[in-house]
This record gives sequence, structure tokens and C-alpha cells, in this order.
Amino acid sequence: MLARVFEEAGLATVGLSIVRQQAVNSKAPRFLHVEFPLGRPLGRPGDAAFQSDVIRRALALLERTDVPVIEDHPTVIEDEADEAATCTLPPRHDPDLHPAVDEARGLLPAYRRHVESVGGRTALGRVVDADRIGEAVGAFVELADGASLADVGWDADQVRAAGQDVRAFYEEAAMALSDHVPGARQIESWFYTATETGPVIASAAAALREAGEDRNTWYYILPGNHGR
Amino acid sequence: MSADRAIRERVGDIPTPDFDDTPVTAAPPLADAKVAIVTTAGLKPAGEVSLWQPTDGSFTVLPAAARDVQLAHFSPNFDRSGFAADINVVYPVDRLDEMAAAGEIGSVAEHHLSFMGAQFDATFSTILLDSGPAAAKVLIDQEVDVVLLTPI
Repeated sequence: MLARVFEEAGLATVGLSIVRQQAVNSKAPRFLHVEFPLGRPLGRPGDAAFQSDVIRRALALLERTDVPVIEDHPTVIEDEADEAATCTLPPRHDPDLHPAVDEARGLLPAYRRHVESVGGRTALGRVVDADRIGEAVGAFVELADGASLADVGWDADQVRAAGQDVRAFYEEAAMALSDHVPGARQIESWFYTATETGPVIASAAAALREAGEDRNTWYYILPGNHGR
Repeated sequence: MSADRAIRERVGDIPTPDFDDTPVTAAPPLADAKVAIVTTAGLKPAGEVSLWQPTDGSFTVLPAAARDVQLAHFSPNFDRSGFAADINVVYPVDRLDEMAAAGEIGSVAEHHLSFMGAQFDATFSTILLDSGPAAAKVLIDQEVDVVLLTPI
């Protein structure tokens, strides 16, 4: 849709398409359809040559006059959600803490190593920063046990954002615990199935749903393929 | 079925406006073209990490030199580890810089833009009539010729 607006304004566009039918429906002039994992439209993180090839194939469509044109990239890359990443989790440290809170605190050094390795960039910080990650996980433990949003001091936007913050913390820590960039959704699957905290988040979302909270409160806390 | 394939099947037929034409602008030769990225990944400049709302049709302006942009898309339904490792897998700023240095493209815009994708019909008219034209003006004011649109 943006392509149409830009073309009408005098800008030439070429788009990468990830849902082919939507590209067809838009009737925008030029798309390279990429059957790559959602979240990785250039295909392979850390592979500059592959990414440049994708861009060159897309820009080459600017020479086509038989618009609208949708060309398919010849490579198909599937997500690997069925094979969770294997990242070592920290040993139990403080038996007085809920295991999920203890685990999150134990991952702080790994999280910090990753953030340092990418020049300080992090997706964390919508409502929680790393120093308060244990408090955020503790709030989800309370929600999973039946506490209300008011009990933990969050509104609907904050609980959704906190869910993404906690996920981002774990995913970025996992990057430091893996010697390569895992396949798409492998870290996501690790978080929701292999850690203490992932299932707590899922239980909190279920509890909010059962309590009759607005759909926007719980629906976007976790991916649809992890028990929403 | 893979998680992504299930999503693609589910969202492929989401109703969109019924267009009956294809607006098209001719591009100059690539070696002379100024290129900008407009991504629908829901990126924000560092420090502005508030989450996008599901019906937010606005856009952000990202300095092309910045590498600390943050992924603030509302949807949990895509892989985020690729971006955590390498922003270029979504937002290929380094690749465009390399292509400009090699003379494959003329130059790179001083600012790129981000919208948030996965919008529904309530937001379409905002993008078509309001924020989309405003974004086009930001690009035209930079004398951009070509826009590379990247989703997430």
C-alpha cells in the first residue's frame, strides 16, 4: 500500500514481499517475493553476500516495464520453531526466589555480553530495563497465580510491553549463550518451552484471558504457536 | 506445518482495498539513484522504545547513520533473534552503504523511515491519505529517487 502512495508521489519503489497474496492484492508495481522466515526478510543474519544478492535482485526489477511484476527469490528458508535452540541455563542460585525470577537474574551477565557485542543495541526498555528484569518476571508469576493487573501495577499496554521486554531479555541473553545465530524461531521456542519464565508468561496470558481481561491485554503477550 | 507457513496462510486473504490500477514512476539509472529504506518493521530511534499500538499508522524518521534502532513492533508473531544478531536482515543499512561505496547505486538517503506493518482496514485510509503522503514528502525533500520497502 505504501508503494502505491510513493509511486503516485513520484518515487520509484521496489518491495520485498513476505505474504505473496498481499503483494498481489496491492497491485504495486514491483515486488521480489521472499519465502524467508518472518522477521528475516533479507534471509540470513550475518550473511552480507546473501543480503546484497537479495537487494540486487529487488533493485533489478526497476528496469521491468511489464508492471505489476512479482518475482520469486529462488531460495526458500523455513523457520525452525520445531527445534528449540539449546542454550545452557544458569544453575539455581537463590532458593528463596521463584525459579523463574532466579533464572532471569542469573542470565543478566549473558544479556550484558550480547548487548556489548552489538554496540549497546537492545530491544529491552519498553517498561522494564535489565536491572529490573527480576521484578518484571515476578509480576508475571503473580499474574499467573491469579493476581490482577492492578495488583502488579500495570495497565493493558504495560503488560503487553513487559511481555515483549522479558522475551527480548531472554532472546538477547540466548544470543550470548549460542556460538552461532540459531535458525528462525529456535530461540523463541527455547524461551517458551525450555526456560522457567517462558511457561510463566504463557500461564499469565491464560490467566488474564480467563479473568475476562480485554483481548489486547493477553493476545499479544506471546506468539500464536505457543499456546495463546 | 511451520509456524510461519500457518501465519502466511492465515493472513494472505485479509481484505484490502480493491485497487484497479498500478501507479508507476520510472527510476533513474541505479548508479545515479538516491535510495532510501522504508521498513514496516516498527523500528524506533534508540531511547524511544514505547511499543507501537496495533492501529498506529504513523511513521518514524531514522538517521541513516544510526545502528542502535530498536524493534518496537507490537506483534509477537515473527522471529526477533535475526534482528538481535544483525539489523541488516530487516533494515539493510550497511548493505546500501556498501553498494553506494561500490558505485552500484548513486547514494543513500540521509534518513530512512519506518512504519509498523500488520495493519488492518481501520488504518489503511490513514496510510493512504495522511501518513503515507507525509512520508513521501520527507523522502522527496531529501531528493530520494528509489525506495526499497522491507517488511518483517
